[in-house]
Amino acid sequence: MSMLVQISNLTKRYITTTALSNVTLEVPEGHIMGLLGPNGSGKTTLMKIVAGLVSPTSGSVLVDEMTPGVGTKARVSFLPDVNHLDRWMSVGEAGDFYADFYLDFDQKRFEELLAIMRLTAGQKIGSLSRGMVEKVRLSLVFSRRARLYVLDEPFGGLDPLARSQVLDALVANFRSDSSMMLSTQMVAEVERFFDDVVFLDNGRVILAGDAEDLRTQRGTSIEDIYREVYGHVEAR
Amino acid sequence: MEFDERAPIYRQIMDLIKRRIAVGELKVGQQLPSVRDLGQQVVVNPNTVQKAYLELEREGYVATQRGMGTFVSGDRGTVDVLRQGLARDIVATYVTGMRSLGYGPEEITTMAAETARKETK
Repeated sequence: MSMLVQISNLTKRYITTTALSNVTLEVPEGHIMGLLGPNGSGKTTLMKIVAGLVSPTSGSVLVDEMTPGVGTKARVSFLPDVNHLDRWMSVGEAGDFYADFYLDFDQKRFEELLAIMRLTAGQKIGSLSRGMVEKVRLSLVFSRRARLYVLDEPFGGLDPLARSQVLDALVANFRSDSSMMLSTQMVAEVERFFDDVVFLDNGRVILAGDAEDLRTQRGTSIEDIYREVYGHVEAR
Repeated sequence: MEFDERAPIYRQIMDLIKRRIAVGELKVGQQLPSVRDLGQQVVVNPNTVQKAYLELEREGYVATQRGMGTFVSGDRGTVDVLRQGLARDIVATYVTGMRSLGYGPEEITTMAAETARKETK
């Protein structure tokens, strides 16, 4: 099985803090990896490094056998955790913007996704609710025929109905020649999509493995394992 | 579809398919939905469906023909075995429940028989 993401001994230090410490992980082609951990555990930094927006202090990162940079950005579809769309744009213009930037943008798929999400091209970003903006952002990200999808908290602002629309779209659009890394706090709703899970705490990998193997070994859900693993974190 | 995420999901997909075979919704020789289609139907990762199919193949309930798809294999006998297995599970659940209420073997059988007669009337 070929590995779309190969990270070894990755460390990221900022002036006063260490965001990631000696992280080693791999994402095989065709797999969905869940990145789990409380706020401040390093998920966003890790995703930004894979997306080529932050450079590592030490260690090696390969995305589709390349060091993250201009070359990988063309193949990585990244959903940042904050809104990156301008308020004055319409939904359709946001699509045009993506089409200009990314060669792998599929206009037809974008229109299909908008229909699934019950959005129309004429709506102004500034007039949409937080959940609707989230759905536009996800439609844009999934409209790229990328090798790797990196999604930071994709279900954040969504109500339960929108969440299930997005999950349906996610399963329907996931291709076996691509991979996905996604972070989420909604472990219960999303865990059935994970092939692999990585638990981060204070910038370190404290548990990682095949989701089904973990369920079998521990006789419980990923959500319950999450509670066990981070119980001490919430208590302090 | 609802899964119990405390247990491996591929196992539950295997059970779902075995059940469909046992009740005749899926007949011997019939093609299973593609991994992708079933993944979309029950909204799970297609790799999990793939794993369920591989395990079902290992257990001899289905066979994959290259480039053609996955088909229900076996004969009338294997279907009966599956059906009996499911029946035994249901009976075990019933008996355990009745025992926990303090009923003995006699009452357990009588009550089941009475209910069965009522239902068929």
